[in-house]
Amino acid sequence: MISICGVSKWYGPTRVLDDCSTEVAKGDVVVVCGPSGSGKSTLIKCVNGLEAVQRGEVIVDGVVVTAPKTDLNRLRARVGMVFQHFELFPHLSVADNLTLGQIKVLGRSRDEAIARGLKMLDRVGLAAHRDKFPAQLSGGQQQRVAIARALSMDPVCMLFDEPTSALDPEMISEVLDVMVALAEEGMTMMCVTHEMGFARRVADRVIFMDQGRIVEDCAKESFFGAPRSERAQQFLAKILQH
Amino acid sequence: MNYHWNWHIFAQQVQGGSETYADWLAAGLGWTLACALCAWLIALALGTLAGALRTTGNRVLAGAGATWVELFRNVPLLVQMFLWFFVVPELLPRELSLWVKQDMPAKEFVTATLCLGLFTSARIAEQVRAGIQALPRGQREAALALGLTTLQCYSHILLPRALRIIIAPLTSEFMNTFKNSSVAFAIGLMELTFQARQMQEDSEQGIETYLAVTLLYFLCAIIANRAMALIEARTRVPGTPG
Ligand SMILES: Nc1ncnc2c1ncn2[C@@H]1O[C@H](COP(=O)(O)OP(=O)(O)OP(=O)(O)O)[C@@H](O)[C@H]1O
Ligand SMILES: [Mg+2]
Repeated sequence: MISICGVSKWYGPTRVLDDCSTEVAKGDVVVVCGPSGSGKSTLIKCVNGLEAVQRGEVIVDGVVVTAPKTDLNRLRARVGMVFQHFELFPHLSVADNLTLGQIKVLGRSRDEAIARGLKMLDRVGLAAHRDKFPAQLSGGQQQRVAIARALSMDPVCMLFDEPTSALDPEMISEVLDVMVALAEEGMTMMCVTHEMGFARRVADRVIFMDQGRIVEDCAKESFFGAPRSERAQQFLAKILQH
Repeated sequence: MNYHWNWHIFAQQVQGGSETYADWLAAGLGWTLACALCAWLIALALGTLAGALRTTGNRVLAGAGATWVELFRNVPLLVQMFLWFFVVPELLPRELSLWVKQDMPAKEFVTATLCLGLFTSARIAEQVRAGIQALPRGQREAALALGLTTLQCYSHILLPRALRIIIAPLTSEFMNTFKNSSVAFAIGLMELTFQARQMQEDSEQGIETYLAVTLLYFLCAIIANRAMALIEARTRVPGTPG
């Protein structure tokens, strides 16, 4: 479903992605972790072309994202993305947040978009909040609306960039529950997260990044069993302490 | 001070004419309102465009926006009036130049409105740019990630948010437009200031004249202010402080 081949990216002289390669098969859940600044966000944003790469190739569902002629808007409409800071549109009601993309990008009618959006809203347990505005919701609720917004577009895969790291501890689980349910239904997911409980529960593979490189890319069992690199061991020891 | 006060002067007929001085001022007020309101529409449209261009991240577009701003904000408004009125027509192709100089209807009005609109647009562009730059970077990414085009991202997300942020400086700018329109008297637009000078010379009641005109400008500015406050209240996003 997602294939990243030999991707490198520079910001001026600094190399933020260094020859990264990995695959996410249909229905798989891959967790990406690593220290701050290691390039996790950059890597995941390459998947839907939010970040351009200077070298290598990214292919999503048969579409070559990195080819200059690719219609990126069309591709992005099929790839859901959830951000660390939710990024709901605060001047639009929850319902309008859910329908904007469906109407403007997918060309759905308003009724169709509302029906689909409300179904997704119901799925994240927030159907009662359709007429509220983002500022009237808690962080956890906002992130669930953001997930519903992405799902309303009927994506073929979902990208998550630290979806719980801006949340208070008591709200993390309500978001993780939604993600676990999604994973169990067979959604293809690439998740940047440090929630190792989530990784243990639903991940098929874990990728560990450091200094722009994919240092470790292995099945969940072997990652948690005995990561091969010393860097990953240190990292795991640090975050599992909490 | 042995000034001869005469507050009835406004009801008196002008020398060698059938209108009253109040008619003169009313006509002047009409041109002032027409000029300021039309200039405001031009300024809002072009200023929003130029300001948005500067934030696109595209060098050519950003350069075009920056050039626009520097062109119109670095020359005094009065000088710009003279440039548009006396210089620009000379630079046009022969046929057009002749038409502008001899046949263009409402020449002073068109010139003054255009000039004031362009001058104000440079100031609005800077405010719009600041407003867009104040938004979190993730908003643009979230809009693009849904598949919205750059144009849709600006029209549905970035500009509606940025314009709300800058409503206070925009209000000042709207009020300035009425006040600045007084400069148009210099190229012969028979707006309020022009009529005031004419009334002063004709009636020799300068104090009453200018007090009345001051009051009229003051009222224009207050009404502009109230109108913007109404728009601000109407567009306030629920759940946000205001
Ligand atoms: N616009 C930019 N210009 C220059 N350098 C950048 C830019 N964006 C990111 N970087 C650099 O690229 C590197 C990777 O950044 P990235 O955001 O992908 O890291 P990350 O692993 O997601 O970190 P975090 O856990 O803090 O989110 C960092 O060193 C960062 O400083
Ligand atoms: Mg990041």
